[in-house]
Amino acid sequence: MREITYRQALNEALAEELERDQNVFLMGEEVAQYNGAYKVSQGLLDRFGSMRIIDTPISENGFAGMGVGAAMVGLRPIIEFMTFSFSLVAFDQVVNNAPNMLTMSGGQFNIPITFRGPNGPAHQLGATHSHATECLYANFPGLKICTPATPRDAKGLLKTAIRDNNPVLVLESELLYSSKGMVEPLEHDLLIPLGQAELKREGSDVTIICYAQTVPLALAAAETLEGEEISAEVLDLRSIKPLDLQAILASVSKTHRVVVAEQDRPYCGIGAEICFRIQKEIFDELDAPIARVSQEDVPMPYNERLEQAVLPSAEKIIAAVKKVCYA
Amino acid sequence: MSSPEQRDEVEMLSLMLLIRRFEERASQQYQAQKIGGFCHLYIGQEAVVIGAIAATRPDDYLITAYRDHAHALARGTSADACMAELYGKVTGCSRGLGGSMHYFDKANHMYGGHAIVGAHVPLAAGMAFAAKYRGEDRVTLCFFGDGAINQGSFHEALNLAGLYKLPVIFICENNLFAMGTSVERSTSLKQIVDRAEGYDIAGYVADGMNFRDVRDKLAEVVDGIRKDPHPAFVEIRTYRYRGHSMSDPASYRTKDQLEKFRMDDPITRLRAQLTREGKLTNEQFDAMDKGAKDTALASVKFAEQSEEPPLEDLYKYTYANGEST
Ligand SMILES: Cc1ncc(C[n+]2csc(CCOP(=O)(O)OP(=O)(O)O)c2C)c(N)n1
Ligand SMILES: [Mg+2]
Repeated sequence: MREITYRQALNEALAEELERDQNVFLMGEEVAQYNGAYKVSQGLLDRFGSMRIIDTPISENGFAGMGVGAAMVGLRPIIEFMTFSFSLVAFDQVVNNAPNMLTMSGGQFNIPITFRGPNGPAHQLGATHSHATECLYANFPGLKICTPATPRDAKGLLKTAIRDNNPVLVLESELLYSSKGMVEPLEHDLLIPLGQAELKREGSDVTIICYAQTVPLALAAAETLEGEEISAEVLDLRSIKPLDLQAILASVSKTHRVVVAEQDRPYCGIGAEICFRIQKEIFDELDAPIARVSQEDVPMPYNERLEQAVLPSAEKIIAAVKKVCYA
Repeated sequence: MSSPEQRDEVEMLSLMLLIRRFEERASQQYQAQKIGGFCHLYIGQEAVVIGAIAATRPDDYLITAYRDHAHALARGTSADACMAELYGKVTGCSRGLGGSMHYFDKANHMYGGHAIVGAHVPLAAGMAFAAKYRGEDRVTLCFFGDGAINQGSFHEALNLAGLYKLPVIFICENNLFAMGTSVERSTSLKQIVDRAEGYDIAGYVADGMNFRDVRDKLAEVVDGIRKDPHPAFVEIRTYRYRGHSMSDPASYRTKDQLEKFRMDDPITRLRAQLTREGKLTNEQFDAMDKGAKDTALASVKFAEQSEEPPLEDLYKYTYANGEST
């Protein structure tokens, strides 16, 4: 194992899959000559050339659609959205063309495409640039969605996504690109299956279910809570769809108390689905109503103090944990 | 109604100076981490918006993309309100909720500040539609970058405007780059203005480093539209001196190119023209420049002393009249 950044991990995943399969190519704004707006595709143009690492105009709907078309005839496109806030310009391609094709064609056309890029609020980018889109996309059958929170997960999930025969969204996090973590050596073909959650920390009093940007928050909260004699288990979903229900049920059956920490908004958010599943399957295991920590249900304000008030935080998770633990 | 000829050129020059000095200050405060988020500077492009302002009326509608500080200042939004917005203060032109990319000022007919590339171009068509609907002779000025002309929303808006003969001027601020992508690498046309032809919209080209050229071309266009509503397209060739945003080193372009445009600076040029014609003395210019610097500095003080938006107001503007759900 060696320590690399989340950005580097994604870069390795792209390079390895481009190397492995000639049908894989990367397309998006500033991915080639600029080496990526967030430098995830650093060096790939030099290594793989301009037929495979392709700069596009600002035409999200157009190039996302090109990806779907290319996938229909056998290529395996990786479409980078500079951020998933801009994927909304291409919403029709991502939700209408990519995931419907297989059903509409009676099973003839599967779409092996990866849509990737940073998702979720960064820092003071305002309402148009701060969308957490996972709950939108999760509502469309035919799409798979993963949300890596560590360099290792970023690499393993992206490689798996590229090899998957369906449309997969890899929702990265701008705030995590420079974070570091241990990852298997380069020669190791690291593949992490979609739909497998991971316990990022074991505990016995409460389960904090989290993903993407809420994972570091949940870990920080658990650390603080330990000092107050509350033992929190941190379960990182890693994939939103498919969802690792077994891992959720196993942890909740152990701790009997749950806080869902999600980075999207509360109304029809990911946490709503998880709460439903838990109460449906193991209602009797619960010792307290489930708490959710999410964004506030407002367009994101620019002002820093207000933005902090909108976003989930370690403090909010701690407060929610204390509430479900009646502490 | 003031005709373009009556808009005082010295006053227009002083607005260009205000924009430049304001943004130099903003840049400094950004580097001092007093300002968050993204911040895109307009320095070098001042003659574009000021030329347009000189050719139009204050009640004409104006809408632009995220490189919007200059458009608000040009419209009469105070430097104080602009700087306070960058600071996220409640005294900002968008109450500290919008930030650099989302300036709005209803009283001055500044309809934003829009950060999704291309998304505001249809809005301009809608505003022009409303003017025509109500029988007003207002013109809508829609500014956008060379990068926006490849978005579907742009093409749809042009067709709609052409179809319904809407009184809107599509103003492409061609500064040769969209982030790190040059126009040749983004656009299949040799000339951006040729986009207009496909929609049967009259196209014009103006030199964005030359205030008078921008003003005169636009004045002619505006005149025609007021008489008989229809859309027009103006490609204005210009250059941004700074990187795309504060974090962009702009290593994709050459020093020579930058120097070439700097030699052709729009403020220096208008000053020289006015001086040559005996309409401006060096003393007057220096006083104006000092005034602009003082205003910019005062705006920092104003922003720093202003209040944050109150936490209780978090939900106040989600629905009209503070409704809740
Ligand atoms: C839909 C969308 N895609 C991508 C971006 C990211 N982005 C912001 S500005 C920009 C370049 C725009 O260039 P141009 O239109 O030429 O305007 P300029 O910056 O030169 O003023 C890009 C790609 C965005 N804001 N919106
Ligand atoms: Mg440009």
